[in-house]
Amino acid sequence: MTSYRTHIMLCAGTGCVSNGSFQIKDTLERELKKHNLQDEVAVVMTGCNGFCAQGPVAVVKPDEIFYQLLAEDDIAHLVEEHFLKGRPVKKLMYTPPAEKTPVPKMGDIGFFGKQRLIALRNRGMIDPEQIDEYIARGGYTALVKALTKMKPAQIIEQIKKSGLRGRGGAGFPTGKKWELVAKAKGTTKYLVCNADEGDPGAFMDRSIIESDPHSVLEGMIIGARATGASHGYVYIRHEYPLAHERLIKAIAQAREYGLLGEGILGEGLDFDISIQQGAGAFVCGEETSLIASLEGRAPEPRIRPPFPAESGVWDAPTNINNVETWANVPEIINKGAEWFSSIGTETSKGTKVFSVVGKVKNTGLVEVPMGITLREIVYDIGGGITGDKEFKAVQTGGPSGGCIPASLLDLPIDYEKLAEVGSIMGSGGLIVMDEDTCMVDVARYFLEFLKDESCGKCTACREGIDVMHGILVRICEGNGREEDIELLEELGEAVKDASLCALGGTAPNPVISTIRYFRDEYESHIKDKRCPAGVCKALITFNIDEEKCTGCHLCSKNCPQEAIIGEAKQVHKIDQAKCIKCGVCFDVCKFEAVSVT
Amino acid sequence: MSKIKPEDLGKIRERMAGTVSLRDGDARAKITVHMGTCGIAAGARKIMSAVLGLVSEKDAKDIIVTTSGCAGLCSREPMMTVELKGEAPVKYVDLDEEKTGKIFSEHVLSGKVVEEYALAIGSERVG
Repeated sequence: MTSYRTHIMLCAGTGCVSNGSFQIKDTLERELKKHNLQDEVAVVMTGCNGFCAQGPVAVVKPDEIFYQLLAEDDIAHLVEEHFLKGRPVKKLMYTPPAEKTPVPKMGDIGFFGKQRLIALRNRGMIDPEQIDEYIARGGYTALVKALTKMKPAQIIEQIKKSGLRGRGGAGFPTGKKWELVAKAKGTTKYLVCNADEGDPGAFMDRSIIESDPHSVLEGMIIGARATGASHGYVYIRHEYPLAHERLIKAIAQAREYGLLGEGILGEGLDFDISIQQGAGAFVCGEETSLIASLEGRAPEPRIRPPFPAESGVWDAPTNINNVETWANVPEIINKGAEWFSSIGTETSKGTKVFSVVGKVKNTGLVEVPMGITLREIVYDIGGGITGDKEFKAVQTGGPSGGCIPASLLDLPIDYEKLAEVGSIMGSGGLIVMDEDTCMVDVARYFLEFLKDESCGKCTACREGIDVMHGILVRICEGNGREEDIELLEELGEAVKDASLCALGGTAPNPVISTIRYFRDEYESHIKDKRCPAGVCKALITFNIDEEKCTGCHLCSKNCPQEAIIGEAKQVHKIDQAKCIKCGVCFDVCKFEAVSVT
Repeated sequence: MSKIKPEDLGKIRERMAGTVSLRDGDARAKITVHMGTCGIAAGARKIMSAVLGLVSEKDAKDIIVTTSGCAGLCSREPMMTVELKGEAPVKYVDLDEEKTGKIFSEHVLSGKVVEEYALAIGSERVG
């Protein structure tokens, strides 16, 4: 390996590239060669520095000198002065403001510092309703590259090599899916963008469309070139009005520019996109159900094969990808498969967008490299648990994912690792739970959701989830039986095995994973008739500690049942017959006199 | 707008340079109000009207006011990014109309970052 005395770390983030950092690179290399410095000074293109406003920027190592606003005209002088004569050029250096502001840099803030934006590359940076702003940040250049410099097979090869896998949850290799459709017989082919995000607490897809709809459209047009599809559908749920509205505007603007329609960019590609709104059924996340709904039928899944790649929308070969998958495509085409596959783990490449919700201080949308640990997400990005309580579990993959306990916080996240511990990647919902969460109650909650969302086609799913839900309700109500845990496990296996689609196939996950990691909580409910987290109403009682109570009346004033009695400045009492266990007294008491047992 | 050819993308980028990057334009400042569903639910529309009101009150023609999507940190919405020419952008969080007024007069007009409402300076790592 050659070693250099100096490295010029030149930013190749989107902002700097659009300000000409590649021209700067060429000029730098030419000037270095002129002075015969090419073997001593290396020019390295780096990721975004976060100082896009001052771009193109470069950091010279090991001196750590920060140059900003570089122009081609500056380079000859810079090379001669700094790299030949060793005199850094003051006028090109970034001078921090005179008074040191205590405001931290974005990269120094845990929430932003660990993120790496690919699918969300334009979030918060552009006006999503202006196609020109997308173009200004390098938008549609990948499409030009795909249309003018690449054959369809080459595009597919790049996507395959990049290691991109379906971001909707199942993680099927995207390039392979495209190849199947490209090779399928038939003159009419379709693309579908699955924007039917149905997990409670998940909003990755909504946010991508709201903040950068053209990234999805550009991905789809490139997909059309690769697969030979002539029409695309975006299947979006009715509950996403803002995303829907921005998508309508984006499609109209793309059509006006000739980026959709006949003869795209004058390069002979014909492709258009229409929007189909769904009514928000969870089962439409399953591709064959989505296709049925798109065609106007009830959203029931069907047996595969034939896979949609052979027979999908209107029985034509169809390629379905999730919003986030499509949004990754232009960056892979622009920066290359090698760049993308350099990020992530052995089996899962690139980044993943998660919506971090629940009992963490910072909730929001984060894009992180695959392989990041749950601990980093919960503590560094999420800022830890609200109220400084104890972490208990994190639920990944939405209602049909699993709960992962504290002992597995250092698990690096990728498709395989999550499956190993009994959960799934899913579309990227991440719900953080603290010590006050009852895991049996959590399983009951998710099964209630899934019981309602089961389409009813498969008996095992329709009846099995309902029976499992009934057992969980009875455990939470204090009527659990000794054999219930084994019964739940057995039913869970049956539902998984005998269901056609992933809804039934994953529905038992919340139950199985909570039994696996929190069996003691189930046992407390069943054997001791006790809810350790103090959540299940039938198993808890509220009491007032006589020594701590000051008789301030606050609890009795707030009790909706008038169940608390006591004179002013005298110890209060709860009438257990009237108490509905709403917990208001516990919340309002300033003296910690109310206890839950 | 009319149909474009591959070479037109560069022209659009050039034309937009002044709006997207302040360096190349006539504008002195850019205010971005983040208006995803989370921002709007937390009151971003009120912040937007306040900003527009302040801009027209001062008749400030060299200030670009624009919207964008969610900035990621939904729990701290409404959020706003203020960028002055030649300076790194500053993200403000947990805004209301009063805070917006103070940020407008102290940062946008007088160039002094309002530290108490600011979350961070700079941009995120892209790519």
